[in-house]
Amino acid sequence: MIGSILRRLLELVPTILVIVLASFALVRLAPGSPFSSEKEIPPEVRRQLDAKYGFDKPLPVQFLRYLGNLARGDLGLSTKYPQRTVNEIIAAGFPVTLTLAAVALVWSLLVGITAGIIGAVRQNTVWDHAAMAAALVGISIPSFVLGPLLVLVVSLRWHLLPPAGWGDWRHVILPGLTLGTIYAASIARLTRGGMLEVVRSDFIRTARAKGLSERLVIWRHMLKGGLLPVVSYLGPAIASMLTGSVVVEKIFNVPGIGPYFVDAAFNRDYFLVMGIVLLYAFFLLVMNLVVDITYSLLDPRIESS
Amino acid sequence: MTLPERSPSEPAAGQATDLVVGTSLWADAWKRLRRNRMAVASSGLILLLAVACLVGPPLIAATWGYDEQTQDLAYGPQPPSWEHPFGTDFYGRDLLVRVLSGGRVSLTVGFLAALVAATIGTVYGAVSSYAGGLVDAVMMRAVDVLYALPYMFLVIILVTILGKSLLLVFLALGAVGWLLTARVVRGQVMSLKQQDFVLAAKSLGTPGRDIVFRHLIPNTLGPVIVTFTLTVPSMILQEAFLSFLGLGVQAPRASLGALINDGANQMLVFWWTLVFPGSVMAIMLFALNFLGDGVRDALDPRMRR
Repeated sequence: MIGSILRRLLELVPTILVIVLASFALVRLAPGSPFSSEKEIPPEVRRQLDAKYGFDKPLPVQFLRYLGNLARGDLGLSTKYPQRTVNEIIAAGFPVTLTLAAVALVWSLLVGITAGIIGAVRQNTVWDHAAMAAALVGISIPSFVLGPLLVLVVSLRWHLLPPAGWGDWRHVILPGLTLGTIYAASIARLTRGGMLEVVRSDFIRTARAKGLSERLVIWRHMLKGGLLPVVSYLGPAIASMLTGSVVVEKIFNVPGIGPYFVDAAFNRDYFLVMGIVLLYAFFLLVMNLVVDITYSLLDPRIESS
Repeated sequence: MTLPERSPSEPAAGQATDLVVGTSLWADAWKRLRRNRMAVASSGLILLLAVACLVGPPLIAATWGYDEQTQDLAYGPQPPSWEHPFGTDFYGRDLLVRVLSGGRVSLTVGFLAALVAATIGTVYGAVSSYAGGLVDAVMMRAVDVLYALPYMFLVIILVTILGKSLLLVFLALGAVGWLLTARVVRGQVMSLKQQDFVLAAKSLGTPGRDIVFRHLIPNTLGPVIVTFTLTVPSMILQEAFLSFLGLGVQAPRASLGALINDGANQMLVFWWTLVFPGSVMAIMLFALNFLGDGVRDALDPRMRR
């Protein structure tokens, strides 16, 4: 088991290299430059700027230098925010985004799995239909509609929670709900489907036959089947939660990494764009690995090799 | 399955063997889809929306003489009334026309982007799987790498590189959105290519290109259609996501995402500018998701949940 985890970790290295190369090519071969959007710059100033960021060297040299810096954990300087390094911007913004995504994940798992269990255990009853209809509505309401509506009702009408900003726990709730609801809906459908898949299988019949209480059958045996599709969904879900937080951060004025990325892409802030893309890619690769390992732990039929 | 038997008196057309009328996969699926009342209602709703979005704006322009860009600053933002059922926005533009033409943009982008994604994904998956071996390994590794990249960020980079035109938005969405289709098709072709009809085609000397396009791809059409119908709403969502960030359709043209963005900024005073575009977007996604579910159940009864 540990050996196979180590091997998978090693396999990540070439993938990351390819990602670095691909994103470098994509960002650098794009027309425009970090300094083209601002007003006329005198050529000598421009030369100095290019020299400061190393843009005067040929691209392959720049790429190798970037790789070298990357190996030391240095993501370079931002051109849009000249006073700050990419590392500083990420260190300030990423924990915020991560917190937001974590709250959304917990919310979506809690609500989604609960609704899924209700749907599966009470299949084809009013409860089931209500849960699944709610899930379909949840899937269909985009975060950028749900977010402003929540602000309108919860913050501005009822004055329960702050409409925007970041600070204490009260600021996390609305953005977390906004970001997590669509995934809660998908998780509910997956849980229900997974549980119904196993509900007629032999091991459930055995469990019932040996006299286990219905509660134990549900919690210990059926739920495990129900969670398998959810676990394999978590990788893509976490990925799209992290990127989806761009919109939620904009709605609630949360100082996460998202607004920086859109800004950076617009302004051709090469190092900031690459830094954020690489951070996300690395994070996603590791999350997918964790998800795969969890999956093989949950389902002994899958060989971990 | 009971088939309608022909009465002996009925003249048998052609040979005696066509006494038993087989139902094709498609006829079967069609029958199942029609029996799914929610799916039928959803497709009716989508058709209604599509017709309204196509016919509405020119009809309103011909009757009342304004389109989605006609401003009336003196009139300003007015709540819903008989003349303007959805109200008017900050510039006195009729919101109904703007929502309808925005809906047209959303539907067009959604379908075209899903079409681009389905085409790339199908060809890529089929070729990769049919070629097998090293080619397959390399091609699928590329898919894995793309999978690890934060999807929305990639689209944002592409849009900022390519420029903010509508045509490029759906190309960018489609260019990144084909991964799922590629995986699904690859899995299908994997099992198809072992079958006798492919061997027969090969032994007749059919070139590989013809085997892929004439024999393999048509047989993967079922899962491709299922993926396609479920991709449309997610593409619509992503176009709105981009427009919400200011990266999609540019003012003064309208798209649902841009309208929702405007509405979210003014919802405190002019609630209708958020509620109407938001509801239309949600209804559109709801119907498309429902239809997608219905198509999946109809084409692949095993996946029925």
